Amino acid sequence: MEKLCSLTAHKLKELMVKGDTTPLVIVEQLFSRIEKCDGKIKAFVLANKEKAVKNAAASKNSGKLAGVPVLLKDNICVKGELTTCASKILAGFKPPYDSTVTRKLEDAGAILIGKANMDEFAFGSSCETSCYGPTKNPWDTTRIPGGSSGGSAAAVASDETILALGSDTGGSIRQPAALCGVVGLKPTYGRVSRYGLIAFASSLDQIGPITKDVEDAALLLSVIAGYDEMDSTSVDLPVPDYAKALTNNVKGLRIGVPKEYFIEGLDKEVEASVRSAIELLKSLGAEVKEISLPHTEYAVSTYYIVATAEASSNLARFDGVQYGLRADDAKDMIDMYIRTRSQGFGNEAKRRILLGTYCLSTGYYDAYYLKAQKVRTKIREDFDKAFQACDCIVTPTSPTPAFKIGEKTNDPLSMYLSDIYTIPANLAGLPAISIPCGFSKAGLPIGLQILAKAFDEETMFRTAYTFEQNTEFHKKRPAL
Amino acid sequence: MKTIDGKIVKHVAHLARLELDDKELKEYSGQLTSILSYISKLNEIDTTNVVPTSHALTTLKNVFRKDVLRKSLTPDEALANAPARESDFFKVPQIIEGK
Repeated sequence: MEKLCSLTAHKLKELMVKGDTTPLVIVEQLFSRIEKCDGKIKAFVLANKEKAVKNAAASKNSGKLAGVPVLLKDNICVKGELTTCASKILAGFKPPYDSTVTRKLEDAGAILIGKANMDEFAFGSSCETSCYGPTKNPWDTTRIPGGSSGGSAAAVASDETILALGSDTGGSIRQPAALCGVVGLKPTYGRVSRYGLIAFASSLDQIGPITKDVEDAALLLSVIAGYDEMDSTSVDLPVPDYAKALTNNVKGLRIGVPKEYFIEGLDKEVEASVRSAIELLKSLGAEVKEISLPHTEYAVSTYYIVATAEASSNLARFDGVQYGLRADDAKDMIDMYIRTRSQGFGNEAKRRILLGTYCLSTGYYDAYYLKAQKVRTKIREDFDKAFQACDCIVTPTSPTPAFKIGEKTNDPLSMYLSDIYTIPANLAGLPAISIPCGFSKAGLPIGLQILAKAFDEETMFRTAYTFEQNTEFHKKRPAL
Repeated sequence: MKTIDGKIVKHVAHLARLELDDKELKEYSGQLTSILSYISKLNEIDTTNVVPTSHALTTLKNVFRKDVLRKSLTPDEALANAPARESDFFKVPQIIEGK
């Protein structure tokens, strides 16, 4: 039996303190679970048993995550370990340095167990663009786990890890967390250092936790948050004690429900679950009010200009010179670039590079990129106004439960629209969490999204924790 | 509606140092046309006098660090992932024509 695998980090810490278990026992059970399940789920692109066992056996750390296993998304650099962004173009790449989050996790005593599958360069909402093939949803293996941090979310849901990190540019932590029935948190932009996170869209990317409950999300965020001089966009503000925000109390809290989020395209079962979640918060003493975020319908368009423009620029560095793939038989330097990039990038990466390059090209910059940056201002101002009337905002995380593998691969626009509710938080830089709030009749998880003001993760945690303490959805696990 | 034809896709692909075959050109031309047509929705909004957001953190100013020496990667570490190397350099195909 691998019964420790199903526990949370805070529970395992308790057991270790009491002497009821050890890091080595946890890690050994976890790898037997991974060996049993991952053939079916395919959440891992690298399972580092030898190193994890060695570190667990030697674990003497008394840090916040002492002896707790953590899985990292494959776009987070670990020194000397394969880090490929699930892309052929980074085949064989072993970073010469650690990301800041990696260093912080190890300093806190965490045991790193490997790398999680993802959409190539985080370009996708289904994990299907990975060069390793798709991860499967643990609740129904004919369905996608969401993306791009699909491997991280599926591994947490299937008890193949205790904690995981993902990255979120337009919903890539929250949407897979919702679709896999776990907790996923995108921190405020600047809260967590991006140093060593392979960049997708630099003005939107944030690293964040994927966990089994809200308490673990607060614990993991408290370890990775904070200013880092290696990331000039990280913010030099003190990190609050997030554990203190976990109070089972929403009395008097003003919760906003944006009317623009309950529109055509929102699945009826998702809507029903989210509405009853809002009713529950109300019955617990929150003051619920309808608010308006009038520019919501422009968020996806704005995002696909800003994100692809920044991505096309960030991905210019993959040219076969310094690392990763280099195509053979090039006749000169330019030919080498072209062959390497054409062979190394998958379809979705090429599509986004083309779209971004087009939006930045001479004659179109003002019409697309600059226009999108201005609409981004309008979207931010919507939130500024809304937060004058409420303390947090509650919405669905994803318009539908998990869809079938292959269902949307030939229709990029319909895939892009699955991020309609998560994108605004990235454009405005706000913290947002997805927590389990129900199941469809077919047994697929449904997520509730809670957004708060910039750097007010505490109100977000308070709302999420209260909901969780009064429901059982987060305790349900898929049968595997 | 603006059509992104094969010729435009080919030009943009070249700017991005990508080479596409005819099948890809056709596919991307259709997809980019429909994505850009969806995106053109933004023209509905009047953005006269709106300051563009280049960054989510409006308070961020330029960041400097102290001009002091610190440890950096050794040449071997920096070159460890190089597809081709010669002494302490990345080796690449010929750039300048002639000898």
